[in-house]
Amino acid sequence: MTALVFLESRDDEVSRQAVAFASQLGEPVSAVSIGGAYAPRAWGQALAAAVQEREASSILGPGSERGNEVLAHAAAALDRPMAANCVSLTPGQPARVRRLRWGGSLLEEAVVHGAPLILTVAPHVVEAAAEVEVTELEAGADADVQVRERVRADGGGVSLADASVVVSGGRGVGSAEGFAVIEELAELLGAAVGCSRAVTMAGWRPHTDQVGQTGTKIAPDIYIACGISGATQHMAGAKGAKKLLAINPDAEASIFTSADYAVIGDLHEVVPAISNEIRKTRGS
Amino acid sequence: MNILVSVKRVPLTGGKIVLTDDERAISTRHLGFTISPHEECAAEEAVRLIEQHGGSSTVLTLGPPEAEEQLRDVMAIGVDRAIHLVTDDQEWDPQATAGAIVDAVRAQEEPYDLLLFGNESADAGNYQVAIRVAHALGLPCVTGVKAIALADGGLRCEQEVPGGRDVYVVPMPAVVTVKEGLNLPRYPSVPGRLRAKRKPVEASNPTRPEPQLEMLRLVLPVGSGKQVQVLGQGPEAAPAVVAVLEELGVI
Repeated sequence: MTALVFLESRDDEVSRQAVAFASQLGEPVSAVSIGGAYAPRAWGQALAAAVQEREASSILGPGSERGNEVLAHAAAALDRPMAANCVSLTPGQPARVRRLRWGGSLLEEAVVHGAPLILTVAPHVVEAAAEVEVTELEAGADADVQVRERVRADGGGVSLADASVVVSGGRGVGSAEGFAVIEELAELLGAAVGCSRAVTMAGWRPHTDQVGQTGTKIAPDIYIACGISGATQHMAGAKGAKKLLAINPDAEASIFTSADYAVIGDLHEVVPAISNEIRKTRGS
Repeated sequence: MNILVSVKRVPLTGGKIVLTDDERAISTRHLGFTISPHEECAAEEAVRLIEQHGGSSTVLTLGPPEAEEQLRDVMAIGVDRAIHLVTDDQEWDPQATAGAIVDAVRAQEEPYDLLLFGNESADAGNYQVAIRVAHALGLPCVTGVKAIALADGGLRCEQEVPGGRDVYVVPMPAVVTVKEGLNLPRYPSVPGRLRAKRKPVEASNPTRPEPQLEMLRLVLPVGSGKQVQVLGQGPEAAPAVVAVLEELGVI
């Protein structure tokens, strides 16, 4: 028996992590990618056909948008269960997995019944496989569902997902205008501006600024969270931050339980004071 | 056009998750409920599309009797009617959920032109119910959509990808899963809430098949073990903050 692993592309990091994860099955791993315009249904059907043709034990893939989408199509075509975003696996009949819920704020232990075993691997739970021999799988055409064109985003500003410093404001900012102090500090630090879901729901900032489970997942060297209480929805997007500095007037706010540094106080006083201090340090 | 939007009742988790004694659910003794954020945008989009193009909209949920509250909330922003697949609060796995939705869709007299879902539920995050529904009904499916427009008898969907947006044009009927950011959902008005109380809810009790993805128990992730360092109170903390930023090489 072999384990079939779907790679989003040959050099995709999370896909290569899925290859490494698959080695736990103790079977030869067959890594496949699919060429041509992205067509999720056709790609999923190609995987489903390949697993039957090769009598493979399993299909694994990256726990990315596309990995989850393509494997879900394969699972639907085979009418088998699929476990998305797994962090650990106990092979067997049936297999057991541990997988992410609530954007990683909670874990689930589950049994995946039947065969083949279909699962995606949550990003960054194992090191990527170094050497991967990838074969190309042919997928049929799908006239209805395939990418027609890619509209490029304007490259302006610091991208939230890639920024090494992020300064965010939450409900405590109080208004759209209140973000002036956040923007000022962000500019001094060359940082991207973020916000919590409460802020986008109030219409103070666009959704593209939202950090969280249903917003952008960030991974800066330092995350400065101002007036954010630390709801699981928000923290699910901020887990990748190496250091967290939280500024909040409520010493009991749950954000302090995941913070490295804390300032207890009103952001409208604290943030301008930090900006002034930075200017003073720089002698300007 | 005729639009179906599927939603799921989930707890408003706040800052800290506490599990029930049997570790099979989140303790909701002190929590309110809502629908998944992506689904709020799906419901808003359904209402906007009907406002622009005419037709009727239906909200569907599979969930306990209490989930009627979420159906009324969605109808309060303008969705016309509801289908409630009533469960006994046991969790249904994605295959079972999709199967029940497919049965409900097939039982409707008027076919749907568009079936909207959230990209993934806030709680279970299985990323597959809509795809399974599309597969069973033989319909095209586009996921993670952040812009929808009617175009040449089909549907133009934009999906956010790193570096831009991928565009799909699919024929209808179609299944589309959306993500938050597609629109800014409106708040229900008081008259909207009153009207929602009188809108029809078609309830049925589907039988739960044996789960194929069988949840055994929930586990809270191990804490970071971080020890927070308090840099100070109020603006007087600024020099200590700058010292930390210098130490981290940020300034």
